Amino acid sequence: MRTEEPEDPVMRVALFVTCVNDAVFPATGVATVRVLERLGVEVDFPAAQTCCGQPQFNTGYRAETAPLVRRTVRAFEGYAYVVTPSGSCAAMVRHHYASFGGEAAGLAPRVYELTEFLVDVLGVTDVGAYFPHRVTYHPSCHGLRLLGLGERPRRLLEAVKGLELVELPGAEECCGFGGTFAVKNPDVSAAMGADKIANALSTGAEVLCGADNSCLLHVGGMLTRQGAPLRAVHLADILASTEEEPWR
Amino acid sequence: MSDTFGGTFVGMPAFPEAARAAVGDATLRANLRHATHTIRDKRARAVAELDDWAELRQAGKEIKDRTLRHLADHLLRLEEAVTAAGGTVHWAADAAEANRIVTGLVRATGETEVVKVKSMATQEIGLNEHLAAEGIAAYETDLAELIVQLGEDRPSHILVPAIHRNRGEIRDIFREKMGSWGRPAPEGLSDTPADLAEAARLHLREKFLRAKVGISGANFMVAETGTLVVVESEGNGRMCLTLPETLISVVGVEKVVPTWRDLEVFLQTLPRSSTAERMNPYTSMWTGTSDDDGPSDFHLVLLDNGRTDALADEVGRQALRCIRCSACLNVCPVYERAGGHAYGSVYPGPIGAILTPQLRGTVSEVDASLPYASSLCGACYEVCPVAIDIPKVLVHLRERVAAEGGRGHRLERAAIKASSWVLDHPTALAAGERIASATRALHPKRLPGPGARQWSEHRNLPELPAEPFRDWWKRNRR
Repeated sequence: MRTEEPEDPVMRVALFVTCVNDAVFPATGVATVRVLERLGVEVDFPAAQTCCGQPQFNTGYRAETAPLVRRTVRAFEGYAYVVTPSGSCAAMVRHHYASFGGEAAGLAPRVYELTEFLVDVLGVTDVGAYFPHRVTYHPSCHGLRLLGLGERPRRLLEAVKGLELVELPGAEECCGFGGTFAVKNPDVSAAMGADKIANALSTGAEVLCGADNSCLLHVGGMLTRQGAPLRAVHLADILASTEEEPWR
Repeated sequence: MSDTFGGTFVGMPAFPEAARAAVGDATLRANLRHATHTIRDKRARAVAELDDWAELRQAGKEIKDRTLRHLADHLLRLEEAVTAAGGTVHWAADAAEANRIVTGLVRATGETEVVKVKSMATQEIGLNEHLAAEGIAAYETDLAELIVQLGEDRPSHILVPAIHRNRGEIRDIFREKMGSWGRPAPEGLSDTPADLAEAARLHLREKFLRAKVGISGANFMVAETGTLVVVESEGNGRMCLTLPETLISVVGVEKVVPTWRDLEVFLQTLPRSSTAERMNPYTSMWTGTSDDDGPSDFHLVLLDNGRTDALADEVGRQALRCIRCSACLNVCPVYERAGGHAYGSVYPGPIGAILTPQLRGTVSEVDASLPYASSLCGACYEVCPVAIDIPKVLVHLRERVAAEGGRGHRLERAAIKASSWVLDHPTALAAGERIASATRALHPKRLPGPGARQWSEHRNLPELPAEPFRDWWKRNRR
């Protein structure tokens, strides 16, 4: 029932899609747009954005990171809400941008990982999604430990119609991606990934859900190599799926 | 300096190569997985019992930071107090000097054998090997150190040095080796923990009763009274610290705390973080010498060996807060799979990856590879009882190694620079993305070349989309 009060002004957010999603997983960017728009949010995509600089920074190239930090900060100037479907990139901005000085610190409090924005800012856990599959959730390390996402992703998943959420054993253990770690220490990385996959398979789930596509690039790449009966799917893709337009 | 630092680890390959062998060793993987998960879970329960854990962690961090800021003052105060209590203090700038001092002190007693309490500092300087070369036998008396010594092996964990061994392997080592070091293992020794412990007890007892010289490290040194503290579980430490006539303690300078009050924090956080106990079975404290009991001659060797270099580094110095609990090893997914030996140092795991390159520098293959031996998952920082931000220090040390430019880092920097240029020019980036998408049908699942090969050995490359997100946006929303 509508009230006499004026409607809330439409909330406007900037989508910080991340370089990995832009180039490799655009469907996750599209899914994020669909979920936000379905909830009445107006989404902008500032085209000047590219990469937050995390891979360069974590590999020890601070000087080479600085121009990307400046570019990212400029790209999102003037937006009160910058939303990203990546806990890791959100953590880069929140925890490390201040160390680059200048305007960089100002972006940190305006960046929200998708589940933070949905649960904390919009106050929503049921986004009207439909996903009739058995799903297990891997909380990626940066979302888990640097952002403290806690139960937010699980609460969103639990509200999805048709979705059966099953517990992932050893959920809080790293999947072994770790950015350039995956190529600098390929054997340890693969051993960690293999254990993550074995745990996920033991649940009988059809879908291994995560909120960071870089981790899913690694785990998913191992799953397809093995031909395992399990698909790695981003949380946004699940939340965007509806009965009218189901995920495929 | 690497030739005088932990001699047994000299010439180690870089971490990734050493780890590759460990990852392929099924027995080792099973031993490590079982042991780390058991300790990890017990620790979590022990820590959860305390409502004020966060406050204790913060207090421990602050006590250590405050002490390190005025380290020289506290050490001078400690020297004064130890001297007043009848002990003698020696200052050792590096491993060679410490080894020389200790050898001289043992020689002066006329003895050719010593018993040792488990001590990381003496392993760090390669004291046993140095003493052996000088004709002095050093007997390790900690059960796990005994297993490592008899097996002519290297420790692979700070707290449980023989974590890579299972019961069957330990029984075989005892049966084969005990006889050549002293009292042999009992006939028909089984692999039950009680039988193995009894064999060690009988073997060690004759060494305790015969030894005239004991060598230890220390967990803490209290500056105000000159008191040293050793925290242990087995009681072998208590024997070594009280039975011999001469006691020599080799301790890193960062182990000093100003007052007894400070111990209140660490004696709660250390046992819960390390062995998951509310209180450790034996806490030995001694202040100089006394006429009634214990050693009549006490020497304290204060060891620098790279610590003041670490102290000079504003980001890296937090590694000196470490109280050697090894909680970070037990939660580390990399340590669990690579094992301790791959780290090429007596300090393995996450703390070793930030401590060793600071103490030894990043000259050798293995030392330069250590800052990269982490996925930066942050589990170590979460459990550290003195809040060492290990991921932050790892990235800081990566900056140092990259700046030195060796081992392909010049090439890597050029590649990173090129990628940063593209990422700073969205038009060029979009053009690259479009070419990649347009040619996607031609992309193989495996690629040759540095980086790509390491990736595609274990994982398929992703199937690229028909268009990048930015093009979808242009078509649909703009």
